[in-house]
Order: sequence, then structure tokens, then C-alpha cells
Amino acid sequence: MSIFDGLRFRKVYSPIHNLDPRIKFVYVISIFVCAILFAQIIPLLLLFILQLPFVLLARVQRQWLRSLRGASFLAGLIFVINVATTYFTSGYTLTASNVEYAASLTLRFVVLIESFSVFFLTTSPDHLGLALEESRVPYEFAFAFTTAVRFVPVLAEEAQTIMDAQKARGLELEKGGLLKRIRNYVPVLIPLIVSAIRRSLELAEAMESRAWGATKQRTNLYALKLHRGDYALLAITVGILATAVYVHFFVSIPTIISLL
Amino acid sequence: MIEAENVHFSYPNKVEALKGVSITIKDGEFVAIMGQNGAGKSTFVKHFNGLLKPTSGTIRSDGVETTKSSVASLARNVGFVFQNPDHQLFSETVEDEIAFALKNFGFEADVIEKRVTWALNLLSLTQYRKTSPFLLSGGERKRVALASVLAWDPKTLILDEPTIGQDHEQKEKLRQFIMQMQTQGKTVVIVTHDVEFVAESNPRVVLMKEGKIVADGIGKEILTNPAILELSSIVLPQIAQVFMKLKSLGFPKNIIDIYEAKEIILKTLESKTGK
Amino acid sequence: MAIIETKDLTYTYPGASKPSILDVSIKIEKGEFVLITGPSGCGKTTLCRCFNGLVPHFYQGELKGEISVASIDTLKHHTYEMAKHVGLVFQNPENQLFALSVEKDVAFGLENVGVPREEIRKKVDWALNLTGIYDLRERSPHEISGGQQQRVAIASVLAMEPEIIVLDEPTSFLDPLSAEKIFEVIYDLNKKQGITVILVEHRLDLTAKYTNHLIVMDQGKVRLEGNPREILSSEETRLIGVGIPKATLLYQMLKKDGLNLNNSTPLSSEELAAQLLEALKSR
Repeated sequence: MSIFDGLRFRKVYSPIHNLDPRIKFVYVISIFVCAILFAQIIPLLLLFILQLPFVLLARVQRQWLRSLRGASFLAGLIFVINVATTYFTSGYTLTASNVEYAASLTLRFVVLIESFSVFFLTTSPDHLGLALEESRVPYEFAFAFTTAVRFVPVLAEEAQTIMDAQKARGLELEKGGLLKRIRNYVPVLIPLIVSAIRRSLELAEAMESRAWGATKQRTNLYALKLHRGDYALLAITVGILATAVYVHFFVSIPTIISLL
Repeated sequence: MIEAENVHFSYPNKVEALKGVSITIKDGEFVAIMGQNGAGKSTFVKHFNGLLKPTSGTIRSDGVETTKSSVASLARNVGFVFQNPDHQLFSETVEDEIAFALKNFGFEADVIEKRVTWALNLLSLTQYRKTSPFLLSGGERKRVALASVLAWDPKTLILDEPTIGQDHEQKEKLRQFIMQMQTQGKTVVIVTHDVEFVAESNPRVVLMKEGKIVADGIGKEILTNPAILELSSIVLPQIAQVFMKLKSLGFPKNIIDIYEAKEIILKTLESKTGK
Repeated sequence: MAIIETKDLTYTYPGASKPSILDVSIKIEKGEFVLITGPSGCGKTTLCRCFNGLVPHFYQGELKGEISVASIDTLKHHTYEMAKHVGLVFQNPENQLFALSVEKDVAFGLENVGVPREEIRKKVDWALNLTGIYDLRERSPHEISGGQQQRVAIASVLAMEPEIIVLDEPTSFLDPLSAEKIFEVIYDLNKKQGITVILVEHRLDLTAKYTNHLIVMDQGKVRLEGNPREILSSEETRLIGVGIPKATLLYQMLKKDGLNLNNSTPLSSEELAAQLLEALKSR
């Protein structure tokens, strides 16, 4: 099932993949903050271009472009809504600066999407889980996350098996009008849900049998250690933030219109 | 009748699961398809009712090429019972569960009623007619799944790993049930790695390994041939193991039935003492 | 003192109309390899869950009678305390592995208990080596075979260094060859590490030869207990519906027809073959 393929993390080894997920997350949040600080096209465009070296270093260009393509519909919507709102609220007039403003809001959205996309494309679920475990998030959440990721391929296979079993009894999923088609999925959903409940029970038994809840001070086989690359990224992040704050307060940014 | 000609099959993004499988299964045969996990057994039988279509080669079910037919129409003649009954059960009552396929195939209401009663009876489930299938035990749920497939009386019955998790009595009942289906003229295909179960039933045995058929013949011959069995990582049935170790004494090799074993041993020992 | 002792143990699941186990009184000595068998629904699974406290703590309901496991009264202690003494391996390989790598799964129990990292590493490596899966340690549980998954489950229980390991039909989903490998691993743990093993199984043809202590249950009660050679020859066992190994059945049939064989009931094809060879030579 191709949908789940996207969630199945491919084990690629690049310097970006090996960076500490916590530092990467701080970086992404900083980009988020910078994007919000600015409403002008030039700095937002700079922020966008700033992500490109990461994308190329991590060799995730194709998937990254795919996520941008997915975001383009929403981006277009944002642009159109902004233009339309300004048009109707300022007495049916549309100035060039209005359009530029709408464009910059759209660009802000795109910068946000692309930076989160780079984060998720370059961080394996194992790393994410580990980062969650080492953070101050209660262990139950980190556990729920990693267990969910662990069982996604299992559930996908099971869904396929259930569909096969019901097709073998004459169920035709594609037949009928919309309502009939929705009802056709009942014989697939119910076994899937029942199976998920049974599975949870068995997992809970196994967890209890391996001392779940013995102590609040859980230890960990793995540990996230910061390396040179992580410190470098941290330095870059601080640098970007500092520059952004400085520019925001002390530098006046020209609009594209004024430059033309 | 099922005819497979040089069937190749690859899953999307994966290795070739079937590498040129050819076989003919005539009406009324009882075939056991055996082999290690991953040999391609389940993949192969899923072609019989069109759940999977070959990447190259052809499969014909009663003369109809499976690529030219829908799963629903192929399923009319080929009933497939999956390994885990919980992958099928979803109805409020056992009755509804058994009627499900009949409704899908467009049977008339009175025919459905008759068929449901017949299937319930056949598998000793009549007292559970109005019970929720989820409240039944594991063995009972397996019978409900079986009943729901038998209800439309397909010519061919495929059972995928029917003996997993079953105790001795349940396996014995299953064996007798298969014999009953055979006497009714049905074609029965089971996918299994339970050697003892197959030894007791003595069907035609087809051994698969890495996507190919490596042996095809009488159960008795194949299950007592250690070279072939080692090739497909199958264990010899226990009776055959005994006779393997007595090879040097001139005992015949191809014994898997316990009664035959007893007779041969007694006869051979008597003749050795000239009693 | 016996490592497991129960007296008149009776348990009914909440909402059930009758008890799943009734008046079960057994004694298991340290270092034994015990085999429990019986038809579906006989209570063997419930009994397993009594050993580590899942019954009654996880399942609620009332557990009557007395039970002592590794000198601990399971009624008065949490399941997580029992986990250090009793490991439980379940039937379905897939549903007892939750981590994203094999070694993280094996470490799970130790992490829960708060063992320091270096010690976890040592114990995990030790358990991985004992079960022969050290080179699988960085793999994802979904990528490995059912037999390998069960070995991970055994390793993860073993890492906590319990005195007792209970295995509830661990090979149900495995082919006979993988099943044999699992039994060899378990047998090794029993013989070389001195771990008390309790194995619940239907496949007596593969397992009867490992044990001196066989318990046959039926409808919640212990019906027969003792040496498998005697128990598997008895008519009562046959009537209960237990799957007696073919070699044993053949031996009984031959004896009934007057063949003069050794009096020790064979439990495997090797033993029967040896007896037949002897019978032949003596003529």
C-alpha cells in the first residue's frame, strides 16, 4: 500500500540523518519563529533558499519536492483568499502592494511546510522515539509513538489480508453508489478494529510480564549524544535567529515593488 | 479444475515470489501444498481465485483465465478459508455471517435460509445460530468461518494453514471433515506445514521451495524421501523417521501410516525368527 | 522447597459461568523441565498466567487457593515484581515485540526496572548470545521470521535473569523445523543455565522427550501428573484427547499384538527404533 510507504522510513545514511533530532527540532522551530517575524518577500525567500543545502546534503530532493507539490494546493488557496479578502474589504481595489503582501504570506506558509518536511524526512522513527524518551515527555507518550510506528506495517498487511478474505466471499468493494461503497467497507473495518483490540490486549499482557510500571525512573539502553555536527547546527541556528532579530528591528526591508 | 502454466509473480517493490510454477489440479483431487515459510505456497493459492494475478504465465480455473475474471465470480467456484477466522468475522450473528457471501452472490432469500441451516448443521453450529460470533471460542470461530465459505457450495475448497493452534481432537475432526468433502466430490487444497496431519491423510503432496515446485506426487513417496524433504526444510513424519533408522534391516522405506507400520514390523520380525 | 507450589488453585474470569482452573495443586522443583498439555480450553493458559501474577492482577476476578512462586505469594505482589523471577513467553511472536530494534526489545524489561545502562548492555548481549540472535540485534522485529521473533521474545525475558521461564504454546505459529530450534534453545537454557522451564504444548511428538514431569489437564483440572512414559501409555490420556506421539502409539500397538519389547515406553522415533533393533538382535 503506497500510502504507508511514505511512513516507512528508508534507512539512508547522510550527515543530516545522523544529527541529533532534538537539535534539528530546535532548528526547525527557529525557522518557524523567523518566518513569523517577517512579512516581506525578500527575507522569506532567503529563509526558503537556506533550507536547500540541507535537502541536498540529505539526498531527499525527490520526496521533498513531492511534499512541496502537495502543499501547493493549499498555498494557492491562501494566496487567493488573501487577495480576495483585501479586494472586498478595501472597496474593490487591488494594489500591487496588496498582491505582494498576499504572496509573502503564501511564501511564509511554504517555508513552514518545507522546514518541517525536511525534519521528518531526515529523522528516523527510532531517533524520534529516542528523542521523545530522553525529553521530559512522560514515557507513556514516547512508548505509544514508537509502538504505533512499529505496528504500521503490520496493520497495513492485516488490512490487505482482511480485504482479500472478504473479496474471496464475494465482496465487491468498488461496486455501487457512494453510500453502498461506504457500507462495503464495514466487513473490512470491523475485523480490523477487533483485531487491533485483541492485539492491544496481548501487547499489554507482554508489557506487564516484563515489569512495566516497576519504577518511574526508567533507564535507557541507548543515549543521544551530541557531536560536532550538532554543535555546528546549533551555532548556525543561533546565528540565524540573531540575524533575523537584528534585521527585524534595525533594518528596513524594501518591498519588491519599490525595487522595480 | 485448476491449471497453472509457467506462472511468475512478483509483489510490487519486492523479489519474485513465484518463479515459473506449472501444475494441474483435477476435479475431486486432494492436494497438500507444503514448504517452508516464504516458499510461495500462500502466494500461489491466492492465484486460484484471482486475489493475485500472475505477472506472466496463465492460471485457469475451470477453463476461465483468472486475469479475465473478477475475484467475485471466480470465488463462486473456489472457496478460500483464510488462516485466521478473525480476519473474516464481522456480523452480529453467526447466521448473518454465513449468509454474507450468499447475499453477495445474489442468492434468493429462501435459498439463503436453506443454505444457512444446512451449513450450520454440517459444522454442528445450529445452537449458535443467533449468537454473536465474537462470543464463541477460537475453535468455534474457525468453524463459523468454514461454514460461511461452504454455504455457497464451491467446487473447490482451499484451506490456508487450517491446523495452526488446533489440538489433537480438532485436527482429527478437520481430517474427517476433509474426507467428507472429498466423498462429495469436492476438490480440496490445503496449504500446511503440518507433516503428521498430511501423513495421516495421504493426499497428493506438492512441495515448494523459493517460488518453485520441487516435488509433486503421492504423499507416501514424497514424505519418506529425506533428500527432497531436506531441500524444503520439512521434517519427516515420525513413523517414517522410525523406518529411516531401520533402513539397514531391510524394512521398506515408504511407510507413513501407523497400521501399515505395525503389520510390516510384525511380519518382518516373524519371518526373521521363522515363526 | 519447591520453586512453584499451588494448593487448590481455582480461578474464574470475570463474567464467566464456570472456573477456568479448579482445585489445581501442583509442585514444581527448581531446575525441572515441566510439560503441560491438554485439549483446548483445559485451563493450561490460565494456569500459566497465575505463575506471574497476570491472574488475578491483570484479569481481575477472584483467585482462590494458595500459590507460591519463587517463595513469593503472587496474590500479594505486583506483576512487575514477579517479572524479575518469572518470564512469560506468549503464543503470538508479533504481539510481544514492541520496540523498533531487536536489542531495544530485549532491553525493555531491564529499562522498566531501572537497571543502569552499562549493565543493560551486558545483559542484553548475554541474552542475545544465549538465544543465538546476536547478529539480528539491530534489525527491526517486523523484518525477521516468526522463529527469530520468538527467540527475541525468549531473549527479552531471559535478560531479566528469572529463575523460571514459562512458555505458552510458543511454537503454534511456527513450522516444525523452527519449532524444533526453539525447543533446543529452551532445553539448553534448562540444562546449562539451570532455569526452571514450564512449557505448554500440543506437539508432544516434538517435546515429550525433554521432560520428566508431564501434567495433563482437562476442563480446568489436573487429571494426570508424573512421568510421561507412564502417562502417555495410559488409556485415560488417550480418552482426554491428547495427541500421543506416533512412536508411542506404534509401540503400544506392537506390544498388544504380542511383540516382546523393552518395558520403557518410547517417546521419540529414536527410542522406538532402538527398541526394535534390540528386539531383532535378540532373535
